[in-house]
Amino acid sequence: MSKAMKIKRLLIFALFSVLAVVLSPVAHTVEPIQLPIQDWHFSGPLSTFDRASLQRGYMIYRRICAACHSMKHVAFRNLEAIGYSEEQIKAIAAEYMYTDGPDEGGNMYERPGLPSDYFKSPYPNHNAARAIHNGALPPDLSLIIKARHHGPDHVYGILTGYEAAPEGTALRAGQYWNRYMPGHIIAMMPPLAGNMIAYEDGTPQTLEQYARDVVTFLTWAAEPMLEDRKRAGMKVLLFLLIFTGIMYAIQKRIWAAVR
Amino acid sequence: MIYKMSKTERVTFKNPVVRWIDERLPIFTLMRKEYKVFPIPRNVNYFWNFGAIAIFMLIVMMATGIVMAMHYTADTRLAFDSVERIMRDVNGGWLIRYVHMNGASFLFVAVYIHIFRGIYYGSYKKPRELLWMLGVLIFLLLMGTAFIGHVLPWGQMSFWSATVITNLFSAIPLIGDGIVTLLWGGFSVDNPTLTRFFALHYLLPFIIIFVIFLHVCTLHIAGSNNPLGINVKKSQDTLPFHPYFTTRDMFGLLVFLMIYAVFVFYMPNVFNHPDNYIPADPLVTPTHITPEWYFLPFYAMLRAITFDIPIPFMDIILVSAKLGGVIAMFGSIILLFFLPWLDSHPIRSARFRPLFRFFLIALVLDFVFLGYVGSQPADATLLDIPLNHFGLTGTVYYYAFFLVILPLLSKIEKGRELPTSIHQVILQAGNSSTSGKNE
Repeated sequence: MSKAMKIKRLLIFALFSVLAVVLSPVAHTVEPIQLPIQDWHFSGPLSTFDRASLQRGYMIYRRICAACHSMKHVAFRNLEAIGYSEEQIKAIAAEYMYTDGPDEGGNMYERPGLPSDYFKSPYPNHNAARAIHNGALPPDLSLIIKARHHGPDHVYGILTGYEAAPEGTALRAGQYWNRYMPGHIIAMMPPLAGNMIAYEDGTPQTLEQYARDVVTFLTWAAEPMLEDRKRAGMKVLLFLLIFTGIMYAIQKRIWAAVR
Repeated sequence: MIYKMSKTERVTFKNPVVRWIDERLPIFTLMRKEYKVFPIPRNVNYFWNFGAIAIFMLIVMMATGIVMAMHYTADTRLAFDSVERIMRDVNGGWLIRYVHMNGASFLFVAVYIHIFRGIYYGSYKKPRELLWMLGVLIFLLLMGTAFIGHVLPWGQMSFWSATVITNLFSAIPLIGDGIVTLLWGGFSVDNPTLTRFFALHYLLPFIIIFVIFLHVCTLHIAGSNNPLGINVKKSQDTLPFHPYFTTRDMFGLLVFLMIYAVFVFYMPNVFNHPDNYIPADPLVTPTHITPEWYFLPFYAMLRAITFDIPIPFMDIILVSAKLGGVIAMFGSIILLFFLPWLDSHPIRSARFRPLFRFFLIALVLDFVFLGYVGSQPADATLLDIPLNHFGLTGTVYYYAFFLVILPLLSKIEKGRELPTSIHQVILQAGNSSTSGKNE
C-alpha cells in the first residue's frame, strides 16, 4: 500500500513539474530586464477597466501616439464601450477625413469619418511610414499589449524608461536610450512628459499617470472583451462547480452499492 | 458471422418505434452491447478517464473549429485580420477562439496522460498491440493537425515555425526538396502554403475521428486493461459501463473542464507566444522561434544532434547533423509503434515491475526536462554547460529506454507475484479497510 502511495506521489510530482515548466516565465524571457511591475485595475479575476482612465488614455493616444502609430483593428463605434455616447462618437469620427468611392462618376472622393470607420492610419502605407522614420516602422498599436511578454508592464516601462545613455555609448541621430527596451536602443523619441496634456478631472498630470492611462487604453484596445470574458468565466466556473458536485454525489451513490 | 451474432444477441425493446428500427438496423442492440452492458474491470482508476476526455476535447475542437472556419479567410493578406475580426466583431467569437486555442493544449494534456497510462499499466501488450498502434497513429495525426492549425492565424510565430518545420523535410535524401516544394506549394512559405494548410486542417480531424473509431472498435474486442494488468476472469471482475463508468467519466471530465475553463477565461494567452499577435513578416525573424509547448520535448531532440555522422574512417558524411536531428525527432514517435515488441515482459502493470517503474518514471522526468530544453534558446547554458549537451543526454536516455532498457528488462526482471484475480484483490482491500475501521 505504501508503495502505491509512493508511486502516486511521484506521479503527482511529475505532473506538477510538467505544469511548472509549461507555465514558468523562464521558458520565455531571456532578457535580464526587470520590468516595473504595476498594480493594474484590470488584472484580477473579476476586475474591470477604469472608465475614466480609459478615456484619458484614449485622449493621449489621439493627441500623441496617433501621430506616428496606427490602430487599425479599432473602430470609432467601439468607443461606446469605454463610455462615449453615440453623438460624441459621431463628432470624433467626423474630425477625420477618409477617402471613399468610387462614386457614380467613377471618382474617389473625400468624406468625413463615420462611427463604422476604423481609426485612421497616419500613413498611406508602410513605405511612407519608413521613409519618415529613417527606415523604422512604428508598430500598429491595436495588439501591442498582447504582442509583448507582460504587455502592460512592458509598455508602461517603455513609456517611462527613457534616460540618458550610459557614458561611452554612441547613439546615432534619432536613437534614444530606454532602460526597458530589449537592447536599450529605441528609435521612438520620448513621447510623454509631465504636464504635457491638461486633465480636466484633476488627475495628476505626471508622466507615470499618462503612461498608466495609455496602457489601460491599449489593453482595452487589444482585448476589448476582457470584462465580458471575466464575467462569463465566473458563471461558467460556478456552473461547472455545481454540476461537478452533483456528479460526484451521483457517482458516489451508484458506486456505494457495489463497494 | 456478425450477422449471426446480431441475430442471436438481439434484444427486444419495449418502445415500438425503437423495436421497429432495431429489427431493421440493430443500432440500439449495438449501443446497448457496447456502451451499456459493456464490461469494464471494476478496479480501473481515474487514469482511465482520459480517453473519453480526449474524445470530448476533439469534439469541442471540431465544433469550435467549424464555426471559426465560417469567419476565417485563408489568404496571407487577410488571415491575421480575419482572426482579429473573430475576436472583436463575431458574436461570442472571442470565446470560440479561446476555447479552440486552449483546447489544443488541453487535448494534448489529456492525450499525454492517456499515453502515459497506457505505458505505465502495459496496455500495449498482447492482445492490445494493434489498439496501441492505432493510438500512436492518432497521436501523430493530432500533432500534424495542431501544427498546421497553429500556422493559420498567420502571426510571426505561425510563419516562422512553419518555415522551420517544413524545411526539416529537405534533410531527407533525394526526395526531401520535392516534399518541401509540395508542402509549400511553391518555393517559400506563402499563400499556397496557407490555403493547403487550411484545407488539411479541416480534413485531418475527420480522419482522426475515423482512426479513433477503429481504436475504440479494437478496444471493445480486447476489453479495457486495468491497474493490475491481469486478465478479466469472471463476471465479478467487471461492472457494466453504464451507469458505473458513465457517471465516473462524467465526473472526471467535469473536473478537467474546470481547469480548462480557468485557462480559457482567466489566462487565455499563457500557452500562446506573444509574437503570434504580430502579423507574419517574412523579412523580420523573431529572436527565438519556439514551437507550442506540446512539441517542445521533440524540438529538443531535433536540436540535440549538432554533429555530422560520417561513415567510419572515411570523409563521407553519412548522416548530416540536420538529417540526424530529423531522424531523432520523428524516430522518437515511430519507436512507439514497436513498443509492444520492445517490451516483451509477460507482466503488464508497472505495479508488479519495480525496475520498469523506476526507469519509466525517469523517462517521464526526462521528457519534461527535454521540454524545458526545447523551450530555451539554442545557445542557452545550464550550470555553464551548453543546454544542448543536456538535450543530447536526454535524447540518448529516451532512446536507451526503448531500445536497451526495455528489451533487457524483459529478459532479467523477475517482477512481483501477480494476484489471482481482480475480484480477490478488491475483496482483500475491502476486508483490510473495514478491519481498519473496527480498530
